Amino acid sequence: MIVSIASGKGGTGKTTISTNMALSLKMSLTLIDCDVEEPNAHLFIHPEIDEIRKVSVPVPEVDMERCSLCKKCVEICQFNAITVVKKTVLIFPNLCHGCDGCRIVCPENAIRMGEREIGVMEIGGKDQIRFINGRLNIGEAMAPPLIRSVKRCINNDEALTIIDAPPGTSCPVITAIKETDFVLLVTEPTPFGLHDLTLAVEAIKILDIPCGLVINRADIGDTHVYDYAREEKIPILMEIPFDRKIAESYAIGEPIIDALPEWKEKFIRLYEAMKTIVNERKRKGK
Amino acid sequence: MKIAVTSTGKNLNDPVDPRFGRAAFILIVDSDTFSYETIDNTKNVNAFKGAGIQAATSISEKDAEVLLTGFCGPNAFSTLKAAGIKVVNDVTGVVGDAVKDFLSGKYPFAEEANTEGHW
Repeated sequence: MIVSIASGKGGTGKTTISTNMALSLKMSLTLIDCDVEEPNAHLFIHPEIDEIRKVSVPVPEVDMERCSLCKKCVEICQFNAITVVKKTVLIFPNLCHGCDGCRIVCPENAIRMGEREIGVMEIGGKDQIRFINGRLNIGEAMAPPLIRSVKRCINNDEALTIIDAPPGTSCPVITAIKETDFVLLVTEPTPFGLHDLTLAVEAIKILDIPCGLVINRADIGDTHVYDYAREEKIPILMEIPFDRKIAESYAIGEPIIDALPEWKEKFIRLYEAMKTIVNERKRKGK
Repeated sequence: MKIAVTSTGKNLNDPVDPRFGRAAFILIVDSDTFSYETIDNTKNVNAFKGAGIQAATSISEKDAEVLLTGFCGPNAFSTLKAAGIKVVNDVTGVVGDAVKDFLSGKYPFAEEANTEGHW
């Protein structure tokens, strides 16, 4: 089973949930930090990193001996990453999505794909947890190819893979949650939390993935998130109070389950609840 | 000489659009006769990325030699450089006056981009 932890709004507690669930379960599992712009799950897991793998994306290189300046590559590029001015072909690697379109349409076979490094994958582990994260180079905007590379490390036979997704609802999030069996949405009962949660739920509906809610800082704010969950028939699988002890443990990089061991059982039950929903859905043949 | 000027409207008496890549219109003005051609830049206004590169390519295809605009980003600037188009940044006022001011030597050419790319 592959579970992704997403939120819409940032700072609601995705990493808290991902890491505490991983640490609570007494089974071998994989935890993947896909928040590649600022991965932080390692701060709570303290894994030993055995391998750092560079991740690159393809970028076109033009052989000007062959180029006839026909601009077919310019026309096909949806990201304005290649242009022809006067007798020069200009390539903007930062804009290139590496789709290979320019190479395919070139009638002169003047384009070959080179490589551009966008970040690294860090692979390691801690006790029963196999740990992988993606780390995007600073200033780099192209997160999805790195997230895809990290997700290629998923072993489908493994009982559980937890994906800590980035915040928001844009391409990096979709890349992280796509093809997972369940999306656990972490939110807070505030207007901001609800607004961004709604966007995330709409995206997940399109992807047709079952989802459930964790409401963090559940005793502040208002009741609108609860009303929304009821209307949308989204199960609330966990509530975490606004507790100073939890905040203090987070601030020093300590898992909740170390500061408050009674939470271990709650995280195990959270996993069981997701597993039940996923198995139920499988039985219905979806 | 053809001078490209970013414009908020279609005519010489419209104000200069401070944006280059996402300008509403770009006027290609003949410096001798002040006759001009209007490029509708609507498609670029909503471009996801690389609007400046596209706009620079368009004015290069119209054989402009100089660009008068407000702000020009790094990708646009390198495209303009490759096209041999000289850039004047921080231009304000209406298009016709901007061209006159440029011809009277009021504006120096830019050495580099004067704004960040849009991410």
